[in-house]
Amino acid sequence: MADEAGGSGFNIHPMEQFEVVPLFGGHEVHWYTITNATLWMALTVAVASLLMLVGSRSRAHVPSRMQSVAESIYGFVHKMIVDVTGKEGAKYFPYVMTLFLFILFANLLALIPTSFAPTSHIAVTALLALAVFFSVTAIGFYKHGTHFLKLFWVASAPTLALRIILAFIEVISYFVRPLSHSVRLAGNMMAGHAVLKVFAGFAGALGLAGILPILAITAVYGLELLVAVIQAYVFAILTVVYLNDALHPGH
Amino acid sequence: MEGNIAEMGQFVGAGLACVGMGGAGIGVGLVAGNFLSGALRNPAAAGEQTAMVFIGIAFAEALGIFSFLVALLLMFAV
Repeated sequence: MADEAGGSGFNIHPMEQFEVVPLFGGHEVHWYTITNATLWMALTVAVASLLMLVGSRSRAHVPSRMQSVAESIYGFVHKMIVDVTGKEGAKYFPYVMTLFLFILFANLLALIPTSFAPTSHIAVTALLALAVFFSVTAIGFYKHGTHFLKLFWVASAPTLALRIILAFIEVISYFVRPLSHSVRLAGNMMAGHAVLKVFAGFAGALGLAGILPILAITAVYGLELLVAVIQAYVFAILTVVYLNDALHPGH
Repeated sequence: MEGNIAEMGQFVGAGLACVGMGGAGIGVGLVAGNFLSGALRNPAAAGEQTAMVFIGIAFAEALGIFSFLVALLLMFAV
């Protein structure tokens, strides 16, 4: 639809970088096709595992660089989960840590030029968010049975009518969670990468004055580095907040 | 200048949808600004609240991302 826009020197399409293409020839994508998305997700898992495995191998009292990075990430996520949910939440630490590491390294690897951003695809983030949604709901019902439904009943509201209205709002906001959880991450990553490509298009079109967009790209790249880490943190902490709702329902 | 009126509607609609991102900008600014003014009054209590700030920013930002999503849907999916 917007393909006609590439007329006057503006020949970099900002959305082209998100195309999923098969790595080994062909154009059709089946469920078993190895695509660039598969490659970069595999690289993400490999880098994250490598960091944690090598970092935790020597267990030195004076940590090496790799060990101190691994330890500080571990400590950061552990503190986050204990601060929000208390001690019961620590049981679910491995899950949150996995999510955090996967999203963090997917975001960071996506910032390598010409790479591919798996987390900019709603299919990837929707799967992560739905997994969180269903597991948190299951934990809530497993731990509290039907008492979990008290999460929707604001008993501290003054009148019955208000409680019914609030129950509607709470139910809607509960079911919107996976949507906003996934769209936030995918939208942020997609928007950032599209902005970089739009500025790159300006740099190509302006010739010598293209130095200005290149400076802007450098600045936006720094911002994207920040966004990559913050979005991983936000995804993890929202998971923890939802988990806290399941462990301690009721207001 | 012949054009398709439906396509024009798409572009105008996508542009209008982006107005919503301004609202998200105001929201994020309010969260961060109020945190800063509170943190300067009582710096000792500020450290514990950083998680809350990021959660607040994330919620405010999500609504702007929704309008961005509407713009993208209008441009590429409809």
